[in-house]
Amino acid sequence: MNLIRLNNLTKTYHVGELDVPVLKGISLSIARGELVALMGASGSGKSTLMNILGCLDRPTTGEYWLDGEEVSRLSTDQRARVRNQKIGFVFQNFNLLPRTSALDQVTMPLTYTAANLSERESREKAQVLLERVGLGDRIHHLPSQLSGGQQQRVAIARALVNNPPLLFADEPTGNLDSVTSREVLQMFQRLNDDEGITIILVTHDANVAAVAKRAIRISDGMIEAGAYGGTVEVTRP
Amino acid sequence: MRTAIRTFQTSLRALRRNIMRSALTCIGIVIGIAAVIAMMEIGNGIATLNQRSIASLGANNLMVRPGQAASGGVSWGAGSVMTLTPEDAEAVGRECPAIKAAAPEVRANGQLVYGNRNWVPMQITGTTPDYLDVRQWPVGEGSCFTDQDVRNSSKVCIIGTTIQREMFGTEDPIGKDVRLSNVSLRVVGVLSKKGATMFGSDQDDVVMAPWTTIKYRISGKASALSSAGSSSSGVDTSVNSLSNLYSSDAVTLYPVPSAIQQADTPQPIRFANINSIQVAATSTQEIPLAMKQITQVLRERHHLRDDDADDFQIQDMTEFLNTLAKTQGLISTLLLIVATISLVVGGVGIMNIMLVSVTERTREIGLRMAVGARARHILWQFLVEAIVLCLAGGLFGIMLGRGSSLLVRMLLKWPTAISIPTIVASVVVSGAVGIIFGYYPAWKASRLDPIEALRYE
Repeated sequence: MNLIRLNNLTKTYHVGELDVPVLKGISLSIARGELVALMGASGSGKSTLMNILGCLDRPTTGEYWLDGEEVSRLSTDQRARVRNQKIGFVFQNFNLLPRTSALDQVTMPLTYTAANLSERESREKAQVLLERVGLGDRIHHLPSQLSGGQQQRVAIARALVNNPPLLFADEPTGNLDSVTSREVLQMFQRLNDDEGITIILVTHDANVAAVAKRAIRISDGMIEAGAYGGTVEVTRP
Repeated sequence: MRTAIRTFQTSLRALRRNIMRSALTCIGIVIGIAAVIAMMEIGNGIATLNQRSIASLGANNLMVRPGQAASGGVSWGAGSVMTLTPEDAEAVGRECPAIKAAAPEVRANGQLVYGNRNWVPMQITGTTPDYLDVRQWPVGEGSCFTDQDVRNSSKVCIIGTTIQREMFGTEDPIGKDVRLSNVSLRVVGVLSKKGATMFGSDQDDVVMAPWTTIKYRISGKASALSSAGSSSSGVDTSVNSLSNLYSSDAVTLYPVPSAIQQADTPQPIRFANINSIQVAATSTQEIPLAMKQITQVLRERHHLRDDDADDFQIQDMTEFLNTLAKTQGLISTLLLIVATISLVVGGVGIMNIMLVSVTERTREIGLRMAVGARARHILWQFLVEAIVLCLAGGLFGIMLGRGSSLLVRMLLKWPTAISIPTIVASVVVSGAVGIIFGYYPAWKASRLDPIEALRYE
């Protein structure tokens, strides 16, 4: 059962009179419970593909099936719902709200959830998640009082608060040192192994990609390797 | 519903996160609303003062005159019957709650003589001490004659400043005797200066005395003769010795008292007529009510049947009232304009800060959109922030405005008054300012592209 299936997806930007094709027919599938790395040099169309996969942007043509739903033609509001319920985001620069406690960071996405939890329920849920990422004793800390690794873990807890089947991590270790990078990557692996959350790691770092079971390489708007399941060797340095 | 509460909480949290900026943003509205409240309250005070001073010109005054007489279809004009009595004046003053004071008025003409000087006053008025209340005309030197003087028809008078100047020059008039139509009157007081009326007649050229004195000692027969169809024929008693020269009395049944005897002991009179009743209403707003009450009292006293016409007329100072209404309209328009300007300034301040805030929080907006906030969630969040800021500013503004109006009251002794409608209106207006000036930044925030917003540095 595939969580994600792309069928001949294209994206063309219009710059004045010019048509700039960025994605030139992408087809791929990702099964539930996979930990996939999405790799590519800058300018390869990696970011565009990531935005479309994350339902932040719409493809020009082609199909995008996510969790059994064709999402490529959804309206802005419907895509917001999909993002809220099915996708968690972890960013390179953490994107935490300034001067906001860890607990409030984690409960924030619940504000926009249709299935309403009471204030107490959402706090409890956030507490549990923060404990799971190892920050149970820092729930009232502000971002400025947390280290980079801790901040990223708060961001992970926030991404998980709606129990999404899909987790996007866009260069999650880009702003971290090697020790904390390893911790964060281990956390992704654990989430993938223990809870079967499908994780897409967007990176250009082979070290990061190494934790993935499969790497999808994209180059010049086309998939170079790893579009469909089966093992692909990731070269370790 | 829960989403609404969440949005509200989110907005509050965002405001609290930046408490200093929120407070500074508020200041525009605080000052705006404070200005509105203070202006309205102080303005009300000014209006009251203004009303008082215009009232002292006589805007609150009413004049009750006798009705007209007609014979064979020919009207004799206003005041041609004598239907008003001093008791009517007393009853009006006593029984009408909308009336501050009422005084009878009896007019006379005559020459005033003191030493080697003489003068014909423009007005000789017989009345009661209440008259000065009605006209809001305080005595400058000495004192007014008393009710006792009125009962005794004492030979006293008070004079206006013009008379003082013409008759006495630099001499002190108090306690001096003047002769009015050959009746000696002692000056007990000098009225303060009132100046001319709007039409140029000198109000200070006046002699006032108890109405009994004027009626029975000075005008005497003259007023009775002029009363066509009067019910008071035969009432007049000849007081002045000069009028006895050509007496019209044909038959005398009883020994006629000498002039001196008569002057010393005036006959008790059953019915006396007066020229008019001067009335002051408690306030300008009460004038229509006062007119109604006077009509009621007088109709009852005159035993008029329901289908009888009034045998008196009531006149108000329409011109004054219109002026009063116009000045007050001007003051409130001025206040409204100033208030509107200050609120617009405050609103633009809010809009600027909100725009800065939206730019500064672009990443936050992108993040919220990425985790599933819809455009309208963002719109509402920023709109609610603006409204909360404005309402909070409004509340502080009301307190500040009340405070400054109280200060003015204490320091300047202006009669400022709390105005509940203004307070309600300023809460509504500050909310409206929040909506109007918060909408554009909020709309701008909601239109951000999440991809761009997330990348914004």
